[in-house]
Amino acid sequence: MSQVLVAISQVAAVCVGGPLLLGLMRKVRSRLEGRVGAPIYQPLLDLRKLFAKQRMRPRDSSWVFGAGPVVLVATVVAVTAVSPLATTNPPLGQSSDFFAVVFVLLLGSVLLALSALDTGTAFGGMGSSRSMTIGALCEPALLVAILAMAIAARTSNLPALVRVGLNHPTVIASPARILALASFLVVILAESGRLPIDNPSTHLELTMIHEAMVLEYAGADLGLIILGESMRLVFLLGLFVNLLVPWGVADRPGALYFAVGLLALVAKVAVVGVTIAVFEVFTAKMRLFRLPELLAGGFVLALLGAVTAVVAR
Amino acid sequence: MNGATYSSLLEIAAGLVILCAFVTLWRRSLLAIVRALAVQGIALGVVALVLGLHRRDVVLIVVGCLVVVAKGFAIPTLVRRVLANAPMSRETSPLVNVPSSLVGAGALTFLAYGTTRPVVALVSTSAGRLIPLGVATLLIGFFSMVVRRKAVSQIVGLLLVDNGIALVAFLATAGVPLLVELGASLDVLLVVVVLRVLAVQLWSKFAVLDLDQLQELHD
Repeated sequence: MSQVLVAISQVAAVCVGGPLLLGLMRKVRSRLEGRVGAPIYQPLLDLRKLFAKQRMRPRDSSWVFGAGPVVLVATVVAVTAVSPLATTNPPLGQSSDFFAVVFVLLLGSVLLALSALDTGTAFGGMGSSRSMTIGALCEPALLVAILAMAIAARTSNLPALVRVGLNHPTVIASPARILALASFLVVILAESGRLPIDNPSTHLELTMIHEAMVLEYAGADLGLIILGESMRLVFLLGLFVNLLVPWGVADRPGALYFAVGLLALVAKVAVVGVTIAVFEVFTAKMRLFRLPELLAGGFVLALLGAVTAVVAR
Repeated sequence: MNGATYSSLLEIAAGLVILCAFVTLWRRSLLAIVRALAVQGIALGVVALVLGLHRRDVVLIVVGCLVVVAKGFAIPTLVRRVLANAPMSRETSPLVNVPSSLVGAGALTFLAYGTTRPVVALVSTSAGRLIPLGVATLLIGFFSMVVRRKAVSQIVGLLLVDNGIALVAFLATAGVPLLVELGASLDVLLVVVVLRVLAVQLWSKFAVLDLDQLQELHD
């Protein structure tokens, strides 16, 4: 199977899977709260509606405002194409490094924060400031978590990290990998604005973080942002499950193996998504000033992982 | 039990011991702190059990079972009794705030790794490499006794120190004699009973569990 086809199908799966995952998580939440809830494919319909609308931009905004959503989606598409989601042999697999992937994703977040500042509204500035604060607290935790996994596997190459888990299951059961993945999960929840860090379903002035940033967007721009955010969540969760339970990922060339890998990815991400949705029903949003405690906890988990990895080698 | 399973089980149990030490600094609810202590006690017992099974040492297995019962269930239950009067009490204002104390505990872990290097070099087994985790638990225990204000947190700090020492003893030696381990465990049990009585007295006299309020003499 040619590498281009692999890249296209991975991107397509994440592109459709992102909104579907959002719909699934909302559905689980509704059911647990005793409501029927919208159908799972509702976010896709919302996106179609948004993309059909006319373009509306604030009068005094600059090109940065338009660039934010585009760069957000572009960065996720770029890292999705080269990451081991359905197969351990993605295109450009040799150079898809965990650190590089994280920093490319960060580019999207930074540009989104800049474009929220661009309109000069109070909410945009507040949202950007909060989002960057959380980002600055997440980043060290994430980097040390990657370091812990890289020390244990002796490489920070993403396909190699997944392959090591596939070939040596004891690496996954090692404390270094477990602690690092726990820290990675905290960072995923914080970066994608889920509970208990941010509540994705409210527009309350006092507490909103991510919603405050995208308040000025409408139409296709808003659609791109929703699409990009949901794709990023699916991408990060896909990476997480492949590092935690790599079984099912296509380790050999061939269309059949790839199809099995894709199905396994969908199943694993759906399970993790449902788990997060159930967890969210039982949690309240944390106070903003308590967030450093949670993220410092994530950092310490990663640090412990790195230390045990150094000792165990 | 083959070599790989043995060492990864040992690593996970010892990792859980120090993870629980961090959790006691991370959480504010005193009940959650005591729960972390119970999990730590069980993990410590599992370390002894795994070592005993690996070396086919019956005494060590017995000690492991005793540790699980004493440190996993008996002592945490006693400490929890102190909280019976105020089950929702929290560590509201520790002397060092939570993020800083977590980072401090991380630094203490590094200190433990640095200082135990000669000891680790001496003990050349896979268990010996984990000795720094025990020393780190001990240091975190001291740290939590210094920065925490509630009587219960300080008791937990003391027990962390004891668990750290026990972990080092299990990992560094070929097994502590049953009598010594029994003596040490009973000592700790007695200390906890005494501290519990003191804490309950404190509660009934002053209706606080905050030791910083005891700086003046009262009639």
